Amino acid sequence: MLDFIIQQPIIAALVALAGLGIIFGALLGFAAEKFKIVGDPVIEQIDELLPQTQCGQCGFPGCRPYAESIANGDEINKCPPGGQSTINAIANLLDVSAPELDQEHGQEAEVKSVAYIREAECIGCTKCIQACPVDAILGAAKLMHTVIVDECTGCDLCVEPCPVDCIDMLPVETGIKEWQWPAPPLPNGLIATDKTHSDSNHEDAA
Amino acid sequence: MRQTWVTPGGVHPPENKIQSLTQPIGSLPIPEKLVVPLGQHIGAPSIACVKQGDIVLKGQKIADPAGTVSAAIHAPTSGTITAIESRPIAHSSGMEALCVEITSDGNDQWIEKSGISDFEHTSSSALLSIITEAGIAGMGGAGFPTSVKLNPGFQRPIDTLIINATECEPYITADDSLIRERAEEIVEGIRILSHILGNPHNILIGIEDNKPEAIAAFEPHTQDTGINVVSFPTKYPSGGEKQLIYILTGKELPSGKIPADIGMVCVNIGTTYAIKRAVVDGEPLISRVTTMTGEACEINRNYDVLIGTPVAHLLEHNNFDAQRCSRVIMGGPMMGFSLTSKQIPIVKTTNCILAPSVEEIPHNEPAQPCIRCGMCAEACPASLLPQQLLWYSQAKDHDRLQSHNLFDCIECGACSYVCPSNIPLVQHYRSSKSDIKKAQEEKIKSDQARERFEFRKQRIELAEKEREAKRAARREAAKQAKASTGTDSMADIVAAAQARTAAKKTSPEQELAKLERAVSSAEMRVQKAQDKLDAATADSETDEKINILSAALSGAQQKLEKARTRLAEHSK
Amino acid sequence: MAFKQVTSPHAHGAQNTAKVMQLVLWATIPGLIALTWHFGWGSLINVILACITAVASEALILEMRNRPIGFYLGDYSAIVTAVLLGLALPPLCPWWVVVVGTLFSVVLAKQIFGGLGYNPFNPAMVGYVVLLISFPIEMTTWVVPLALLPEGVAHPGFVESLKLVFFSAAPMDGVTGATPLDSFKHAAGLTVDQIYQTDSLFSQALFAGVGWEWVNLGFLAGGIVLLASRVFTWHGPVAMLAAMALMSLIFWDSGSSQSPGSPLMHLFSGASMMGAFFILTDPVSSAVSNRGRLIYGALIGVLTYIIRAWGNYPDAVAFAVLLANFTAPFIDNYTLPRTYGHTDRRKATERLDD
Repeated sequence: MLDFIIQQPIIAALVALAGLGIIFGALLGFAAEKFKIVGDPVIEQIDELLPQTQCGQCGFPGCRPYAESIANGDEINKCPPGGQSTINAIANLLDVSAPELDQEHGQEAEVKSVAYIREAECIGCTKCIQACPVDAILGAAKLMHTVIVDECTGCDLCVEPCPVDCIDMLPVETGIKEWQWPAPPLPNGLIATDKTHSDSNHEDAA
Repeated sequence: MRQTWVTPGGVHPPENKIQSLTQPIGSLPIPEKLVVPLGQHIGAPSIACVKQGDIVLKGQKIADPAGTVSAAIHAPTSGTITAIESRPIAHSSGMEALCVEITSDGNDQWIEKSGISDFEHTSSSALLSIITEAGIAGMGGAGFPTSVKLNPGFQRPIDTLIINATECEPYITADDSLIRERAEEIVEGIRILSHILGNPHNILIGIEDNKPEAIAAFEPHTQDTGINVVSFPTKYPSGGEKQLIYILTGKELPSGKIPADIGMVCVNIGTTYAIKRAVVDGEPLISRVTTMTGEACEINRNYDVLIGTPVAHLLEHNNFDAQRCSRVIMGGPMMGFSLTSKQIPIVKTTNCILAPSVEEIPHNEPAQPCIRCGMCAEACPASLLPQQLLWYSQAKDHDRLQSHNLFDCIECGACSYVCPSNIPLVQHYRSSKSDIKKAQEEKIKSDQARERFEFRKQRIELAEKEREAKRAARREAAKQAKASTGTDSMADIVAAAQARTAAKKTSPEQELAKLERAVSSAEMRVQKAQDKLDAATADSETDEKINILSAALSGAQQKLEKARTRLAEHSK
Repeated sequence: MAFKQVTSPHAHGAQNTAKVMQLVLWATIPGLIALTWHFGWGSLINVILACITAVASEALILEMRNRPIGFYLGDYSAIVTAVLLGLALPPLCPWWVVVVGTLFSVVLAKQIFGGLGYNPFNPAMVGYVVLLISFPIEMTTWVVPLALLPEGVAHPGFVESLKLVFFSAAPMDGVTGATPLDSFKHAAGLTVDQIYQTDSLFSQALFAGVGWEWVNLGFLAGGIVLLASRVFTWHGPVAMLAAMALMSLIFWDSGSSQSPGSPLMHLFSGASMMGAFFILTDPVSSAVSNRGRLIYGALIGVLTYIIRAWGNYPDAVAFAVLLANFTAPFIDNYTLPRTYGHTDRRKATERLDD
């Protein structure tokens, strides 16, 4: 047998390759079982980065569905509440370049806002309660409703369904406690900033 | 002499303390209007218990503490409450916050005072409540409510009481002059503290060796009292709580812990003095010793200033020259903050107003790139790597910042002081720290939102499922009800079906009779239509009507024809 | 006006980058004097030529990058790079060698990475290594030290030197020779004693090599001044010199024909002292913590010795420094100091929330 193989190099090569194939296949199969990952950690990680406003501005019913969609190759710039910082964080996680926010889905709010119900005008229709994705509105049928401000994500999904337009999105009040030192300007030495620094006369020269 | 330990890093900026020590502690005329902020301490701002138009006496409480970590506030002089509104306060932001404005009546009339002479026979809790009522908060800079600090709880026994007389910041001499002039009262304050804390084993007064007069002033009062005055070489920032603990005891305060966790309590000299005044003399905290110094002011000295005195008042009485001044700083040149308005009032934590000339503290140079020279790391008292922290601050790399222990930075400013590239390192760190804190808070909020969202989704799904289940149950019930009416055997079902088919089949006779009936009724209808048409023609009705009637007649005749045909077929 | 929002601290120490760089420049003077004394005007011409090139090219790049030229030239960093490169180049090498090297240093190694503070490699050494690889003949032709010049031959005068640098590429007879490290490299089969007896570079020397020992002493003196004025800490230089001494002691082999030379010869030959005090102390490209700098310095010492003893090049400080620059971020990762209030040192990549 051995002599036969030695005398037939082509068969020897085939046997060797097949053998290797079987061994590695078994190894891979074993590893796939042994190190099986339940769930998709990428979806979890993306979901962690999304702002959880559950506003649906991305076109998905909540942050997690959007996270799943991103994991399946969707654009990462559809989240206005998260804004550029979220896009950057996801880009960093997925190791892709960070695009600008897609304005189609809305603009990044400069100040965070939360919903307030003008309670005198509320007729107690419960429509906003049904719309709120995080159960942050309290009330019952024919009774006045109110927003639990601490739980409100500012998604403004409750504004549309209100039949008497008694819901306002008001900016979150910031006081002396929320104040923080602004980051000092970067010493203008980074080459990445060259683009923004180049002025008109330089363009002319070029 | 007691052993002391040496902290790493540190800097030796010019001390500039002599200028303000040439004269004793002075006092100023009472300003016309005093502005007392409601948030002068760490914790919740106090709640005003007076209203506009009220007349108050000196030392009368004007605001209650809001919760445990808060402090009461008292009227610094007698007069009328003329406003309770937002005013610029002593804060780096230069923002406004709620203040009580008192217009002085010039009488400076005290409310009735009641001191305790024998505090040794008073319980700790009673003394603590006096301190709470007196509104005492740490006067070294942070403003932590003192009664909270002095009440660490039985699970944290205190064996070391440290009195912080370090005053390591340049220019400031408030504590120094207070010790020189009122050492006896301070020592009494220390004894009160010791009594409250259950007579700790060690009582140490930490003081830098650049204050020999103060050390000497302590001597007659501390002899044979068990109170140790420990002097150590001058170095900034020895007065930081963490640094002082290490210098005096050789122990490090573990990151994220408070001194009480390792059996220590650290109290500032000014606070100690205020405690004595509150307990023994019954005077709440309404004034403090503040250093007024800097070349832009002609007179440099310490004052016993009423809380709420606008800085402008202090400056005016010291011949402030705005032209020469580079900035007005509340606090020292290392950790103080620049003021954005002259109207900002002196508060409980204001130990110094520094008005340096442009030559003394020049305007900031533009920052150059970091060359990672490492001078900052040599100066850092916490053994951090400021150059790396800067790098990661610029990159907003929060993970790296935390692994480089950003939160152990005490913001002493030693790194910025030595930086040859004039980089505002401390500002970078402050900004990054608040960014990280904000991100953490947002993380908590978003986690909560996610949880609520998931819960809602689950609830809706559950409700949907329940509804579905109900619907299914109803369907099932209906089916069962239907089935229960015919639960006989198979043979019966067949028989019933056969019966139904048999019933459908009618006899030929019946069929014939039915058809005959149909023919006769059709004949009748034709007759009727004929009659109607005849009548209409007789009455000479319109053509239209006649047309309709004749159409009806022909229809009836056709139907009659059909009926006759069917009868004929059947008869065959 | 006085009322404005400024961050603390308000006080600032007297030190600034320009002053630090100036101090470094002053500290090179003893080395430069020793070089000029023993090897003629060549080094001085190198330094001046390099400085002019560096300032001009830096200004040009700053202009192209739209940066304030005066502000950035004022930090003297380009001049320091140029002076260090000029000192490292062989005296009387052709002018274009100096110019090309300086351009590589300033433009390629520094400005392209973002200017001062952002260069991962030591700019002067990048320029030096580019030259050494590209123009090996020009870069290994050293002038004979003054004391060993043949009878009746003198180093060319200043004007003569300028002419040589600018107009003649041909090496001069009798004026060029080997360096001590060259001699060891090419003296196969001879014991150390034999080399010391036969080679006048050693036989006439005090302890290491004619001329070279003085050049190294000069840089040592300058380095001590910088150390005393706290421009850098002792960790890097001491670690490098100690590592080098230790390596040469271990492989001294009691002076056999296989021996790469004595510790004293290694410490005071070639660019040892200049490397230890002026090159590896470049803070931008070195490790940041004191412990890290100990490792970084030791690595350079060991690498230099390894390349000197068993590599193709007689001297190796430049290669060693560049190789160590690669490792600096890695060293930094594992050498964070223990922070106050922490029981352990941390790793730079430690994740706190995991």
